[in-house]
Amino acid sequence: MSDSWAVEFDDVSFAYGAATVLEGATFHIPPRSLAAVVGPNGGGKTTMLKLMLGLLAPDSGQVRVLGEKPSQARRAVGYMPQHSLADLRFPVNVMDVVLMGRVSAGRLFGPYSRADRDAAAGALESVGLGDLAGRNFAALSGGQRQRVLIARAIAPQPELLLLDEPTASLDMRVGYEFYDLLAELNQRMTILIVSHDAEFVSQAVTTVVCVQRKVSIHPTEDVTDELIGELYGRPVRRVRHEHNCVGLGCQGQVHR
Amino acid sequence: MSEFFHALMTQPFLQVALAGGILASVACGIVGSYVVARRITYIAGGIAHCVLGGMGAAYWLRHAKGWAGCEPIYGAVASALLAAVIIGWVSLRAKQWEDTIIGALWAMGMAVGVLFIAATPGYNQDLIGYLFGNILMISTGDLWLIAALDLLVVAVGLGMYKQFLAVCFDEEFARTRGVAVDAYYISLLCLTALTVVLLATVVGIVMVIALLTLPVAIAGVFARRLWQVMIIATILSMALVTLGMAVSYSPELPPGATIITLAGGLYLLVVSVRAILRRGKG
Repeated sequence: MSDSWAVEFDDVSFAYGAATVLEGATFHIPPRSLAAVVGPNGGGKTTMLKLMLGLLAPDSGQVRVLGEKPSQARRAVGYMPQHSLADLRFPVNVMDVVLMGRVSAGRLFGPYSRADRDAAAGALESVGLGDLAGRNFAALSGGQRQRVLIARAIAPQPELLLLDEPTASLDMRVGYEFYDLLAELNQRMTILIVSHDAEFVSQAVTTVVCVQRKVSIHPTEDVTDELIGELYGRPVRRVRHEHNCVGLGCQGQVHR
Repeated sequence: MSEFFHALMTQPFLQVALAGGILASVACGIVGSYVVARRITYIAGGIAHCVLGGMGAAYWLRHAKGWAGCEPIYGAVASALLAAVIIGWVSLRAKQWEDTIIGALWAMGMAVGVLFIAATPGYNQDLIGYLFGNILMISTGDLWLIAALDLLVVAVGLGMYKQFLAVCFDEEFARTRGVAVDAYYISLLCLTALTVVLLATVVGIVMVIALLTLPVAIAGVFARRLWQVMIIATILSMALVTLGMAVSYSPELPPGATIITLAGGLYLLVVSVRAILRRGKG
């Protein structure tokens, strides 16, 4: 299924009780994209990821991931949640957490295999924390913890990587080559980054998926102020880069 | 105390009791670590109190109905597993009712047990033993059953350590990795149920929770990883059971209560020392 879309949404709607979060969302993300999912807080971005992971089921419409049902594609999908539910008093070190990305990779009984350990060590290395493997997870800074969770997401060597607000921590942005990591990972996998902060992610991405109940998808080249305003319900400052006109919003027809 | 160790050399019932306590300590350290990490102490408490219902029923069947082979510990295992499955199901399917259901099972287990024991003719000293422990009453037959349950709990608890760790640490993420989270959660509750039965033979139903959690809480002060917590908690639990039996032997104190008092005292001591050291540093 190498020719299938990385992610397909066909007329997908989802509501939490009476609160509609997504309505008739249709878009297709090609393999090896580096896509940003942008939109205001509460606009349905995290819900969209949970639909891709099969943690939620759509009320109507169809979601397919790597050509399969989300629950079947799970093992080929890496996920970094926005809020780690982890209790910081939990006794684990950094390597323990990264290895959890490999929990279903190997045998049912017994400890992690050599291959699991190597993959986890490699993942930790690639987020630049190779020397903190033995550190207590709770002793890390917020940004370091987020990088550990990215390492956990890439440890299973997924085909599709979903990152929910990876730049939420301020120290993710300084002294750490986040873009380089994305570019390097993008050679091996499709990446979807959720962010309320389009300015930051748009510097790296090729595709923008705009979510505010309805969904539209655009190449990053095409942006107009009207659509930015439509998305956020107010005018938003645009950022102009050298080559592409990249911004907070979207252009083209908003589907549905 | 030396009197205890002399008696231990010569008295088989003491050897059996101590062996039972040591075996139960292993399950206690491993499963207790999961229970504390996953914060399901209250569920463990509910399961523990349901055990009286099963023990009472088995006691009644044995003495009033003449089912000679029906040992109270069989009833304890059955009722603990039943309670674990019910609570687990409610916790997964109707989370908003979880604490209500646990509270209801907690009380009903006790009530049913008391009714069965009251309906059984004869002297009901055994009720006190079930509630507050009777480690010295462990028979050789009990010891085999304790060993078998212990082996099962330890094999599953350690063999699937990586899955249990992942599920306890971050359930949603484990689910995205294709781990059957619900099945592991129910399994963990069943392991907890079996461990509760093992510990109830040592310290009784009412004090099970203390023995399940206090050694883990003390270990948590020193350990940085869950398997380290398990090792330290197991050793502590073994030491507390042995010391409790030794201290209580000559003055003829109840061993269960002595063990729990020692565990609670040690916990308070450790957290106090830690607080003082931290203040010194700060």
